[in-house]
Amino acid sequence: MRLSALRILLLLIPGLFLAACGSGESNVVQGNRAGILHFGNGTEPQGLDPHVVTGIPEMNIVNALFEGLAVKNPYTLEPEPGVAQSWDISADGLTITFHLNPEAKWSNGDPITAEDFVWSWRRALNPAMGNQYAYMLYPLVNAEAFATGQLDDFADVGVAALDEHTLQVRLNAPTPYFIQLMDHHSTFPVHRPTIEKHGKSTDRFTRWTRVENIVGNGAFRLKDWQLNRRLVVEKSDTYWDSDRVQLNGIVYYPTENTSSEERMFRVGQLHYTQTIPLDKIPVYRAKEDSPYVNAPYIGTYYYLLNINEPPLNDVRVRQALAMTVDRDRLTSTVLHGSNVPAYSITPPGTLGYQPPTLFGYDVEKARQLLAEAGYPNGEGWPGLELTYNTSEAHLKIAVALQQMWKDALNIDVTLANQEWKVYLDSVDQMNFQMARRGWIGDYVDPNNFLDLFLCGGGNNSTGFCDPVFDDMIQQQAPRAKTREERYAIFDAAETRLMEQMPIIPIYTYTSNHLIHPSVQGVPSNLMDSVNFRYVSLENELGVIE
Amino acid sequence: MTTPVIANIIEAEQGTSLWQDAWLRLSRNRLALFGLAVLVLFILIATLTPWIAPYSYTQHNLDLGATPPSAAHWLGTDIFGRDMLTQIMYGGRISLAVGFIATAVALLIGITWGAIAGYAGGRVDAVMMRMVDIIYALPFMIFIVLLMVVFGRNMLLLFLAIGAVEWLTMARIMRSQVQSLRQQEFVEAAISLGLSPATIVRRHLIPNALGPIIVYTTLTIPSVMLLEAFLSFLGLGVQPPQTSWGLLISFGAESMEEYPWLLLYPGIAMTLTLFSLNFLGDGLRDALDVRGAKD
Amino acid sequence: MWRFVGYRLLQAIPVLLVVITVTFFLVRAAPGGPFSSEKAVIPEVKAALEAQYGLNLTLFQQYTSYLSDLTKGDLGPSFKYPGRSVNELIAAGFPVTAELGFYALLVALSIGGVAGIIASLRPNTAQDYIPMSAAMIGICMPSFLLGPILILVFGIYLEWLPVSGWGDIPGDKILPAVTLGSTYAAYVARLSRAGMLEVMSQDYIRTARAKGLPEWQVVTRHALRGGLIPVVAFLGPAFAGLLSGSFVVETIFQIPGLGRFYVQAAFNRDYTMILGATVFLATLIVVFNLLSDILAAWMNPRLRAQFAEQ
Repeated sequence: MRLSALRILLLLIPGLFLAACGSGESNVVQGNRAGILHFGNGTEPQGLDPHVVTGIPEMNIVNALFEGLAVKNPYTLEPEPGVAQSWDISADGLTITFHLNPEAKWSNGDPITAEDFVWSWRRALNPAMGNQYAYMLYPLVNAEAFATGQLDDFADVGVAALDEHTLQVRLNAPTPYFIQLMDHHSTFPVHRPTIEKHGKSTDRFTRWTRVENIVGNGAFRLKDWQLNRRLVVEKSDTYWDSDRVQLNGIVYYPTENTSSEERMFRVGQLHYTQTIPLDKIPVYRAKEDSPYVNAPYIGTYYYLLNINEPPLNDVRVRQALAMTVDRDRLTSTVLHGSNVPAYSITPPGTLGYQPPTLFGYDVEKARQLLAEAGYPNGEGWPGLELTYNTSEAHLKIAVALQQMWKDALNIDVTLANQEWKVYLDSVDQMNFQMARRGWIGDYVDPNNFLDLFLCGGGNNSTGFCDPVFDDMIQQQAPRAKTREERYAIFDAAETRLMEQMPIIPIYTYTSNHLIHPSVQGVPSNLMDSVNFRYVSLENELGVIE
Repeated sequence: MTTPVIANIIEAEQGTSLWQDAWLRLSRNRLALFGLAVLVLFILIATLTPWIAPYSYTQHNLDLGATPPSAAHWLGTDIFGRDMLTQIMYGGRISLAVGFIATAVALLIGITWGAIAGYAGGRVDAVMMRMVDIIYALPFMIFIVLLMVVFGRNMLLLFLAIGAVEWLTMARIMRSQVQSLRQQEFVEAAISLGLSPATIVRRHLIPNALGPIIVYTTLTIPSVMLLEAFLSFLGLGVQPPQTSWGLLISFGAESMEEYPWLLLYPGIAMTLTLFSLNFLGDGLRDALDVRGAKD
Repeated sequence: MWRFVGYRLLQAIPVLLVVITVTFFLVRAAPGGPFSSEKAVIPEVKAALEAQYGLNLTLFQQYTSYLSDLTKGDLGPSFKYPGRSVNELIAAGFPVTAELGFYALLVALSIGGVAGIIASLRPNTAQDYIPMSAAMIGICMPSFLLGPILILVFGIYLEWLPVSGWGDIPGDKILPAVTLGSTYAAYVARLSRAGMLEVMSQDYIRTARAKGLPEWQVVTRHALRGGLIPVVAFLGPAFAGLLSGSFVVETIFQIPGLGRFYVQAAFNRDYTMILGATVFLATLIVVFNLLSDILAAWMNPRLRAQFAEQ
């Protein structure tokens, strides 16, 4: 290495630095002027095929590019017209007729027909497709049989195009939440000629969702997609309701590191963040005109208990553990008041349903129960392992609870964090004693939480099995005539569940976002769902300090 | 540095052994002595922690939460209201143990491997170094996850896993040193004298390659301590309420704006260790370098 | 010389084959598959997914079909990103990571090399301690710490530089390059100081001095070449390490590089992507180790002579 080489190296470095300086206006200022929303989206979308994707980041994009029969009003969460102008529900609740908007078009100008839906739902339910959300369409007659390969002829499935703009569906049982499901991406229509041009209709990995190929029917169309960098959509002029769309475009950023996301927000690179680091909550909450938005979210954070294994096979031990979690203290300290203590699996206020509360924080009673179970003051305690996936928040909660149990019951709980896929495997195989779990509702209905615990259910993961409970959820509740009657059945079922305590509810989720004050039309709602049709940007508000 | 050097030469020529000689020179290097003193102190504290820690390392005070340094808690408290000084003392036990033991494992494998490959040359060298390439290329994370599944979570595995990755660079450095030393006259002389390869490697090559190895070792120890934190995220390594400096630092980094003391003090502990190691390493290197000392 | 290069390239074939084989079975043995998710997947769906990606074949069939695709240069479809091929993901990520790695190496060599050389000229004086301590800060500061600190200081408080991105806003490449490079600067500084000290005591340096050459010429003409051998030996693996180790920096700064794809693939059990990236990385490691060996030989006169003979 001669001096000359060294000198070149030394000259290169300042060059790197000089390219700096003068970063100009922030994204937010520019975006407010141009009507472009800069949206922190959590992670890189895995794909854009509505019948393939599963995550929330994907949903945020797919909802902008596609539209189902009905959409959710972000303020009330009530369904409102999407591709369907209106719908009629038969008196017995078993038949729904959707009247499609003749103005509804694909982004290439083709009209959207009822046949498009039939074809799309056939694709969504096709077993070869491997659609993980196919069950969203299971309320349809024979849909489940078709999706599991027991029925080959799709003509027997309860969906039919009566004419070009009329779609009729037949249901197994009255399903009050069915219209809500029409806003879920697995029920969205997809453009048949485009998909067939790029491969078999059920191929998951064709190139039809690329920028140059994709045809959608939403308020926006795909403009640019750079992996792990950004995805850009622009307003679609073929959208039937484009007059009401106020944004000219949205830029989605894969912000998987929450601290980085918060810093991007702070320097005005983002209008909206997917979440906020726990320790930043008090800082933002203290600000005037705080951009921090915290609202109830339809999800429950809980610990699964493997009820087949000692010491958790004794219901008294499970109850003692549940009673000695000081949820109020946990949420007010470690969680900075960002979440709400939970004492049941169903989040309170799910469309008016209030879950039963069977227990509270009660150290005395818990000690007594533990003594009855044979471990007075923790003597003879065989030990218990808590499994959780690696995450700062899960760790903090686990550490806090570990000490609460030690203090209250004098028992040792060891912690075992696992890498995400290992953790999933442990839960799936029930290879744990106690494991952290969260459930976010797919739709707003208590059923979505309670049916987790059916005998042998794929998401049960506790060993809980109660035929009476199953009968209430599967037979009695769907036949209920009124909402009150239905909720009374749910209440009784949830009471049975929580008496057995196969889970320890810890808190009800909340959505936590930083939203720039210039962003309008993003109300908090239970589904944490953003309807980009409603979003607008106010130009006058500059960068927040 | 003339006078001590002359003194050294005289002493060396009076027949003191290499090690006595080295120690004598080391003891004249104030920074190296400082480094040694700090390390000894830290190891002493780590050993005595269970008896001298001001608080219990598990006891929470959730209502207190994270507080800046105060009379009761000299280095503040973490978000669970636990005393940071206690946390750092207990963390040091793990970190120092991992740092020294895992590095020793890496050293042992790396030096042996590199020395043999470098000395033997030819086909043996090619096969051994290509094995190093292979291990370099394997996806480390998957490897760790598998190790855990097969053997479960334990500290021995932690040392092995860290040693298994850290020895690779060591082997490469050792090999390149030995390769260049091998060509030198004194080695050729030793060969012509009929000394066995093992003796030549042990007596002539390893001592002469010690400089870069000591330097690399002092760099490996801190990176091993941080690697331990990463392995903890994968589920290997220490589990709460146990902690380590690497973990304290990575958690402190998350909230450095809100609670800077959670980052600062573990950071200082680790930095002090690192600097001490480096001073000591430099001192050792200089002290052991016979030719350099006679220059 | 060329025989040596050819010989080493030939050796690369068994190396890559072993890497592929071990990785192939390693990732499949790891718990959790590419399609396991938090919501239980019903058996029919799982079977359909596995059929689409050929996971229903026997392990050996999968292995041979992977190898035969590989000989055609096809690394297969990504499991995590339906519609993307692994070739495409690597093609998207690698240039970014390589550029980042190159800048980082420049930072490391200039800070570390200069500090190490200056320090070695007057060992155990202030001229030694001050640059060495400065270079060492990089190693006490892992990327996950240095990155956010630099962002806070230069991005948020001073508002001089962007806090994230790559090639979007002018100057957004500086902080990532410095963050990634400074970890390696400490290594380079230590290795070059040690190497220089070693060389400065050699006879040929004494000869050069005896000839009456000024000290700086002794250093630049004679000592540097030998003194930097340990650094060069370190560079090969370091560059490969920069490519896979840039994950943290890429995440902190939202950089769309290969490191992020690679680690995400490992977390997601994206079998084809893990394999593809590993094969790619292994090739790079072989090439860079070869380059650094050639460079080290070129810098070492004795080895050079030996090469010429071969």
